[in-house]
Amino acid sequence: MREKILTNVRIIDPSQKMDEIGNIVIDEKGKIKSIGKKLGTSKSAEKIDLKGLVAIPGLVDMKAFVGEPGFEYKENFRTLSQAALAGGVTSIVTMPNTKPVIDNVSMVDFIIRRGRDKAKVNLFPCASITRQMEGNQMTEFGLLKARGIIGFSDVNKTIQNSELMSRIMNYASDIDVLIMQHAEDYELAKNSCINQGEVATRLGLQGVSDIAEKIIIERDLSLLSEFPCRYHINQISSKNSLNVIKKNKSNGIKFSTGVSINNLSLNQNDIGEFRTFLKLSPPLRSEEDRLSLIEGIKNDLINVIVSDHIPEDEESKRLPFAQAATGSIGIETLLSLSLELYHNESLPLEKIIKCLTINPAKILKIDKGSLKEGSDADICIFDLEKPWVVKAEELKSKSKNTAIENRKLQGKVKMTLLQGEVVYSN
Amino acid sequence: MATEKKVTAIKNTPKHLLGIQNLSVLAAKEILNEAKSFIKLNRGSSKKLDVLRGKTQINLFFEPSTRTQSSFDLAGKRLGADVMTMNMGNSALKKGETLIDTAMTLNAMHPDIIVIRHQDSGAPNLLSQKVNCTVINAGDGRREHPTQALLDALTIINRKGNIEGLKIAICGDILHSRVARSNIYLMNMLGAEVNVIAPKTLMPEGIDNLGVKSFTDMKKGLDGCDIVMMLRLQNERMQGSFLPSKREYYEFFGLTPEKLKFAKKDALLMHPGPMNRGVEIDTKLADDINVSLVKEQVELGVAVRMACLKLYCK
Repeated sequence: MREKILTNVRIIDPSQKMDEIGNIVIDEKGKIKSIGKKLGTSKSAEKIDLKGLVAIPGLVDMKAFVGEPGFEYKENFRTLSQAALAGGVTSIVTMPNTKPVIDNVSMVDFIIRRGRDKAKVNLFPCASITRQMEGNQMTEFGLLKARGIIGFSDVNKTIQNSELMSRIMNYASDIDVLIMQHAEDYELAKNSCINQGEVATRLGLQGVSDIAEKIIIERDLSLLSEFPCRYHINQISSKNSLNVIKKNKSNGIKFSTGVSINNLSLNQNDIGEFRTFLKLSPPLRSEEDRLSLIEGIKNDLINVIVSDHIPEDEESKRLPFAQAATGSIGIETLLSLSLELYHNESLPLEKIIKCLTINPAKILKIDKGSLKEGSDADICIFDLEKPWVVKAEELKSKSKNTAIENRKLQGKVKMTLLQGEVVYSN
Repeated sequence: MATEKKVTAIKNTPKHLLGIQNLSVLAAKEILNEAKSFIKLNRGSSKKLDVLRGKTQINLFFEPSTRTQSSFDLAGKRLGADVMTMNMGNSALKKGETLIDTAMTLNAMHPDIIVIRHQDSGAPNLLSQKVNCTVINAGDGRREHPTQALLDALTIINRKGNIEGLKIAICGDILHSRVARSNIYLMNMLGAEVNVIAPKTLMPEGIDNLGVKSFTDMKKGLDGCDIVMMLRLQNERMQGSFLPSKREYYEFFGLTPEKLKFAKKDALLMHPGPMNRGVEIDTKLADDINVSLVKEQVELGVAVRMACLKLYCK
């Protein structure tokens, strides 16, 4: 590969507190050679002028579902990575709720090999916390970690058993693995498919109160004070949960928190008359909750924004609301939809990018999300102002269940580089 | 070349009858007026009309129903439509056929109107997006039961002359009741004041925003009411423990002659049926022809459904 220089580009890299117009030099090995105003390069270098555009580290998406194995008709490694790169995402944490579940070493080998061959993106597979994600017995954290698993999650399932949860934390603390919990009390959330409140009452649907989320967070954080391990709350959705998080952070408990871009950009009223693509878990809640989540990011109570990319085929969604599958795709629109929060002056640009790059990388302890000299040249280049309209059929995912069909967005990815190579451009 | 603009008359009724929420006051009044003309017809000896001759009506019932189903059945037949009733009873679902598949199959047979009852809220809305014909909601989950509310309104108008200015209490399992929801919307729309009375665990969140006053005490809730609508305690929808016991429920929320005295002297009693006698209502009271409108509700149900079929079948 020839050396590359990206010139005249606005570089925003929160990992180095950088926001300046300058150049990025990428060496033959696909690493960042130098970055900033200085320009030291050979004449043979390939020059790419990016005037008027913004360069940030390639996004790290902490929660995406890849259909392989078992659900290839919903998504596969190839389509997922195409969608990711078109959205500027260069590192993906994949969820283990495949068929079979990724809960043992042989599955990990399969997924890593398959991902390497089919995907053009950095994949960081998660394994399940418990076998078959049944919430009964923990998986082999140590062995799985040794094979390259970077974190553990039962995805949309929650460890209900408090004794088991305490043991998971206790065991995990010793071998330094990341436990990612989906916070939802099963009994309180039984049969629910929407936030509890007026909208649920009008639609005649079983709602779930935000207490179902809060109660698990409260439990886990009090267990965490006894058994400090690397603990991450996958996605929170309510003001009530934030209050618990705030209290525990001020008491010195160490953990991290994520939020789905959907919960930051939509609320329960967007469900309208039974739009099943907006059936999500955790559910969309009130506008007050949405605004409080934005505040949560401002105050560093929430550290990560995820796409919560869940591809679902048409058949699973074309059902009465209560029966329809849960989830929305979102990896391709993650950045653009996040930029909406900048354009509508909800959040500063630097903060948004931080939650999409260096913060998740730090939580995962992976060497990504930064454009520091010497790191892999995984770069997302976008036009901050470009307006566009989300059209499901134009999205690259195999499934088209986007929650933001026809939404008018501002800001679009122009080019994505993976280890110095241009892997996407439009 | 400019295309010719098609001028159509403004129609009060939209294409589908999915719920009272999507209905305008004008449309509701139109249905009620139309229904009035059918009351007499139904009481006469010759009950057959030919307004819907040549039209096909399919009753698609995914949930068991006696009165609503037979009422729609008769209504269609009396208007001269060809009526086919399908009791799905989950049989198709067991074979893996989805609601949409069933709908597409039926749609291919060119019906003019599909009457649907389904256990899932929003099922009629989904159906209406996929078929060409008119869809009438005969009850979906706990969301809406528009024709029940319309027949209740007609029954009240028949007795009291008007709904405007009346005070109406709806008591019982509000949480699981589509009848309650549709009635709240309709009675409000027609100018009544609505109270809902239920134990806290059967009161849905945000109900006050629907334009009602909520009470947990029969005495307070029934005060000054002209109409008392009792709801069935929906045992089949009760998941988990909502109440300590039926006995306790009857003690505090069952309608007895004593409790009825909290309402106006000439207050009338309604119930969408089927009744759980001795659970939500005193059995003698239910049969008391001086206060109970239960039989009239069933009778006028046919008239209301005839009106809906006539107005919606275009």
